[in-house]
Amino acid sequence: MKYDIQKVKKVLGKDKQFIHGDTALCYGALLAGCNFYGGYPITPASEVFEMMSKLMPKLGGVCIQMEDEIASIASIIGASWTGAKSFTATSGPGFSLMQENFGFACITETPVVIANVQRSGPSTGQPTLGAQGDMMQVRYGSHGDFEIIALAPNTIQETMEFTIKAFNLAEEYRVPVFIMIDGDIGHMREMVTIPQEVELFERKKPKVSPDKYIPFGPGRYGKKKVPEFGVFGTGYHTYVTGLTHNEQGFPATDDQEEHDRLVKRICEKITDDREKLTDIEERNMEDAEVALVSYGMASRSSLGALNMARERGERVGYFRLKNIWPFPEKAIEELSTRVDKIVVVEMNLGQIYHKVKEFADCEVVLSSKIGGEPHSPKEILAEVK
Amino acid sequence: MADTMETGMIGGKKIQKKYLREKMMPHIFCNGCGLGNVLDYVLWAIEKEELDMDKTVFLSGIGCSSRIPGYIHADALHTTHGRALGFATGVKMANPDLNVIVFSGDGDCIGIGGNHFIHAARRNINITVIAVNNYIYGMTGGQVAPTTPEGHFGTTAPYGNIESPFDMSQMAIAAGATYVARWPVHRPNQPINSIREGLRNNGFSFIEMMSPCTTAYGRRNRYKDIKDLWDFYINNTILKEDYEMIMKFGSEEERDATKDKIIIGELHKASKKPLEDKYREMVKELME
Ligand SMILES: Cc1ncc(C[n+]2csc(CCOP(=O)(O)OP(=O)(O)O)c2C)c(N)n1
Ligand code: SF4
Ligand SMILES: [Mg+2]
Repeated sequence: MKYDIQKVKKVLGKDKQFIHGDTALCYGALLAGCNFYGGYPITPASEVFEMMSKLMPKLGGVCIQMEDEIASIASIIGASWTGAKSFTATSGPGFSLMQENFGFACITETPVVIANVQRSGPSTGQPTLGAQGDMMQVRYGSHGDFEIIALAPNTIQETMEFTIKAFNLAEEYRVPVFIMIDGDIGHMREMVTIPQEVELFERKKPKVSPDKYIPFGPGRYGKKKVPEFGVFGTGYHTYVTGLTHNEQGFPATDDQEEHDRLVKRICEKITDDREKLTDIEERNMEDAEVALVSYGMASRSSLGALNMARERGERVGYFRLKNIWPFPEKAIEELSTRVDKIVVVEMNLGQIYHKVKEFADCEVVLSSKIGGEPHSPKEILAEVK
Repeated sequence: MADTMETGMIGGKKIQKKYLREKMMPHIFCNGCGLGNVLDYVLWAIEKEELDMDKTVFLSGIGCSSRIPGYIHADALHTTHGRALGFATGVKMANPDLNVIVFSGDGDCIGIGGNHFIHAARRNINITVIAVNNYIYGMTGGQVAPTTPEGHFGTTAPYGNIESPFDMSQMAIAAGATYVARWPVHRPNQPINSIREGLRNNGFSFIEMMSPCTTAYGRRNRYKDIKDLWDFYINNTILKEDYEMIMKFGSEEERDATKDKIIIGELHKASKKPLEDKYREMVKELME
C-alpha cells in the first residue's frame, strides 16, 4: 500500500484531538508510514496495539497479534527486511523478552521502532503505574557491544512527533530506535495537533546490480558507515545473519579483524553523530546555579519544581534530555561548567544519574522516586539545597 | 554431507551451479551428515516447481540445520535460536507474494521454538518448514533434544534419556498445519515429492526430515557410522499406509512388531485458507 498522508489523516480523524500517549504513539507511527505492527498485549502499552488493530487495516497495512514478545519483535524485524516500516510497543516484562532480538536487529542493521511504555519492575512489579526503570536496559540489555537510539518525549504532542522522528532515524541509521515513555504519559490525555505535512526519510536502497552489491560494506549514497539495504524480493540475494559477518554478509565467526570492523562500524555510525542527535530543552539556565537534569515524566515534575524555586528567588534551571541514547556527553560536560550543582531527577533508583556523573565536572546528586508516583516539586527541591 | 555436495547425488552439478553460493564453500557440515541430502532434495523440489529465486526467502534459527540457507543463492534471514517462525510470519504477512521456506532443527523447532511452531501452524500461514530431525542438539555437541528417544544417550543424558520424546509431525497436525509429511533422508524421491507438495500447498506445510547426525548422536549411541543410522531408519520406520493396514488386518504378532515403529509418509493433508489470505480479504473490505 502506498503511503499517502491524506489517507492517514483521514483515518486518524480530526486535526485537533484530546488523546493519550499510547494513541499518540500509534498516530505518530502511522503518520511516519508505518505499515507493519506485531504486538502482544501488556499494560500500560496495550492501547497502542488496540488502536493499531483498528486503524492499520484501514490503511492497508498489517497488524498481527503474535504469541509473545519474542515473536512480536521477530515479526517486525522480518517485515522490515521486506521493506516495511515496522513497529511494536511493550512494557517491562515484554521488553525483557525482546532483548535477544534487539541485538539481532543491531548486528543485522535492521530498521525497527520500539516503544517502551515503562512500568515499575523488577518482574511484574506495578503494571499500571509509571516508572523509568528501563533506561539502562534499553542501552545495555542485550549482550555484546552495540549502540541504539532512544528518545524520551514528555508531552502527548511530543510523543507523536518523536515517534515520527524515530521512524526517520531508524531508516537513516538502520538501527532499532526506542521511544521511552512510561505508564503516566501513556495514559495521560492532552490536546494534540496532527501535522499537515510530515517529512520522511526512506532507507537507502542499492543502485548497483546485484553482483556488485556489498550488503554490509560502506554506504555509497548516504552515510559511509550505513550500507544500502537490499530489500528481500528485489533480486539482491542478501544473506542476513546474527553471526559476525564480513561485508558480503557471510559468517566470519573466527575472524578477529572482521568482528572488530563490524562491531565498531555499527557503533560508530551512531556515536559519530552524537552531537547531531543531541536534543535538549533549557529553561531559566542563563543565571542558574543548580540545574535540574531530567527527561520524560520526571521532567514534568521538574518543571513544577523549577517554577516553585523561581518564585522563591532561587537560581535553579531546567535542563531536559529529549534524547537519552547516544548519551549527550558534551552537553552534560558543558553544562557542568555553567552550574555548581546538578540534580538528576528520575523515576528509578539512579540510572541516567550515573551517566551524568561520568561526564559532569561539578557536584551531581540524585533525586529519585519509585513506587508509581511522580516526584512532588518539594521532593525535588529538597535536593537543590 | 561432503559426498553429496561435491559429487551431486540427486541434483547433480547443474542444480548446484544454479542454486548454491560458491563463495560460501567449503561448508561446515561433517562427513556423513544428512544435511547435504536435505539441501539437495529441497533444491530439486524448487527446480521442479520452478520457484523464482528472486521471490523466495529462506529463514532459519540456530543449529547445524539452520546453516543450510547460507549455501543457497537467495535472500535469507539466519535468525535467533528457535525464533525463525516469528521472523517468517513477519516476512510473509508483510509481503505475501514471497515464497517463504524455513529450515529448523528439532531442538530449534520443538524445543526452544515450540511456542512459535504451534502458533505458526495454528495460523496456517503459507510457509514451508523443513524440520531436520537428527534427534539431538547437533551444533552444541550432542546434548539430548526433546526428540531424543527414551534410553538414548547424549552429553546431558550420560545414563540414558529418561524423558518421553516429542513427535513433531503429530504436533504440527494437532496445531493446524495443512500439509505434513515425514521422511528419512535415505529415500530421495518421496521427500522431494513431499517438499514439492508442501511448496504448492497454500498454507502451513511441515516436512520432517529424519537425518543422521553421525558426530553428535550416532557416535554416542549404537550407530557408529552413517550406514548404521540409515539401517536404523530402514528397520524402524513404516509407511503410513502399511501401518494402517497392519493395525487393521494384521495378526497380534504383526501388530506388536509394528506398533512402536516411526510412521513415515504423507501424514496429513487439509484445505484451509491461510492467514495472509484472510487478512488481505479483511483489508480489502475495510478499504472499499
Ligand atoms: C538462546 C540460545 N540458547 C542456546 C543456544 C545454543 N545452541 C546453539 S544450536 C543449539 C541446538 C541446536 O539443535 P537443533 O536445533 O536440533 O539443530 P542441529 O544442530 O541438531 O541441527 C543450541 C542449544 C543459542 N544459540 N541460543
Ligand atoms: S554435528 Fe551432526 S548435524 Fe551437525 S554437521 Fe555434524 S553430523 Fe551434521
Ligand atoms: Mg537437532
